Amino acid sequence: MSSSPASPRPGVRSTRLLPPGLFFALPFLALFAFFMLWPLAQGLWMSLTDSSLSAHDPSFVGLDNFTEAFKDAEMWRSLWHTVWFTVISTVPLVVVALGMALLVHTGLPGQWVWRLAFFAPYLLPVGVVSLLWIWLYQPDLGLLNHLLDVVGLGQVGWLSDRSVAMWAVALTTLWWTVGFNFLLYLAALQSVPDHLYEAAAIDGAGAWRRLWSITLPQLGRITTVVTVLQALASLKVFDQVYLLTKGGPDNSTRPVIEYLYDVGFTGYRLGYASAISYIFFALVLLASAAQYAALRRREK
Amino acid sequence: MTSTELSVRTPSAQRPPRMPGSAGTRGDRRGRTTNLTLGPSPLARAVALAVLAVIALAWLLPMLWALLTAFKSEQDASDPEHWGLPRHGFTLRGFRIVWERGDLPLWMLNSFLIATAVTVVTVLVSAMAGYAFSRTSFAGRRPLFALTVAAVLVPPQILIVPWFRQMLGLHLLDTYAGVILPQTVAPVMVFILKKHFDSLPRELEEAARIDGAGHWRIFWSVLLPLSRPMLAAVAIFVFIGAWNNFLWPFVSTSDPALMTLPVGITSVKDAYGVQYAQTMASAVLAALPLVAVFLFFQRHIVKSVATTGLGGQ
Repeated sequence: MSSSPASPRPGVRSTRLLPPGLFFALPFLALFAFFMLWPLAQGLWMSLTDSSLSAHDPSFVGLDNFTEAFKDAEMWRSLWHTVWFTVISTVPLVVVALGMALLVHTGLPGQWVWRLAFFAPYLLPVGVVSLLWIWLYQPDLGLLNHLLDVVGLGQVGWLSDRSVAMWAVALTTLWWTVGFNFLLYLAALQSVPDHLYEAAAIDGAGAWRRLWSITLPQLGRITTVVTVLQALASLKVFDQVYLLTKGGPDNSTRPVIEYLYDVGFTGYRLGYASAISYIFFALVLLASAAQYAALRRREK
Repeated sequence: MTSTELSVRTPSAQRPPRMPGSAGTRGDRRGRTTNLTLGPSPLARAVALAVLAVIALAWLLPMLWALLTAFKSEQDASDPEHWGLPRHGFTLRGFRIVWERGDLPLWMLNSFLIATAVTVVTVLVSAMAGYAFSRTSFAGRRPLFALTVAAVLVPPQILIVPWFRQMLGLHLLDTYAGVILPQTVAPVMVFILKKHFDSLPRELEEAARIDGAGHWRIFWSVLLPLSRPMLAAVAIFVFIGAWNNFLWPFVSTSDPALMTLPVGITSVKDAYGVQYAQTMASAVLAALPLVAVFLFFQRHIVKSVATTGLGGQ
């Protein structure tokens, strides 16, 4: 992380108004201050007021928003949905990506096709993904229920059944974003040195043995990284849930970001929405700290 | 966490990691890798190939199904008895109707303009900041860089409320500037580019400096040309992110004429009613640009995910 800056040459261009370093950093620092630091401070301040979209001057209410949030069953419910989604999406998103990468890395013919098939969905805007999957999940006409019909199983209310909807959202997310983790794994696999395999081949180790004793152990580090990145991305879920189920049925899939959106932009309560934003931020920081600890332990 | 986590994927310039799809003796390598991982057994190969084909088919199926629907008439698309091939043949009607409504091409244009602006500003500003943090000294350099790294942890989702407030005050809601500006702050990219500049050898700039080149010349004519692959990777990554970004464009635009593709296509989906063929036609059209880009730049995109591998949805 640390690097010695180029030592400024004494006597040269010391008459500048602005040190050159600051000149280079200034555009970023200005945007950073204006669109990140200031909004962060502003959000914190708003969380202590009854700020609202309807026109009245906000007044300071202390920690009222936070005490209200901690007693708000809907807030806890939406936080739980976020955490639950993170669990049921992260596991398959890591495992399936690993499986795909292992298979493609064998170098079987058709490389281009496999990469396109697995990664192309990642390039679709979430709007397209949701239109596509609403159609696939459509109860009477959708492909999934047709296929269930063919194998003789009953129809499923993919997005309307409370016990299924969250899994359906996770399935869509898996299809949509697994290609990204797949590419990370593929890059990692290509840096496993060949000589390990050659040595194993001389020792007569079979394909399974090579997988378990060479490939997988070599992937330990990247697995931790992929899991961490995936969990942090999943915690921020909003788009696909909102577009597939609008948080329903009966708010049973509504994640915390949708709750703060609903509170702030549908309910006009910007102050309360800011408090929820900060509670969510605390959750993200907590998760980051836990994962940092996990990464650290790995390094040792 | 940030530094350990991020540095994993920051490649050193001296030793570019082998990327998927990198050129060279690909055929040779492929055969070798197959031998190394699967062994010579034809059965193992056949099984692996079959499994791979099944997964790939499952992954392609949703898109193929959408394509099939898009080329059907509405009547065939909502016929529960014949859900495979259409009874009345294929038609381009859905595409024509959707295209002639005119909003889809407009949203594509908006998305393109906004994503391009976000990319140009972000890459330029982040590269300059990366240079400042890597190669210059000024008061506050270290704490400011530490602050930038810490900011990687801030989820942009928590900023929509204050951003909305801010843009309301600046009268920038429902403007391009209002959609673009908040997306140009990318501490992650500053971090990646700073690490990248750190990894470049200093001999060339020393030579340039002796020739009398100032900071700007060194940055623009020495370091940036050396960094082309990295800049391309960052740019691709930022562009895909901006093209697909949903939440902020969704919150900050209500005028359909200013909406981006992901927002527009979903906000008026109710207007299509139960016109499944038209809905799928619009989805197919909306998917085309980036899929086409992928086909052209496959290697670069694959590489940029591996080098900047961050973000996600």
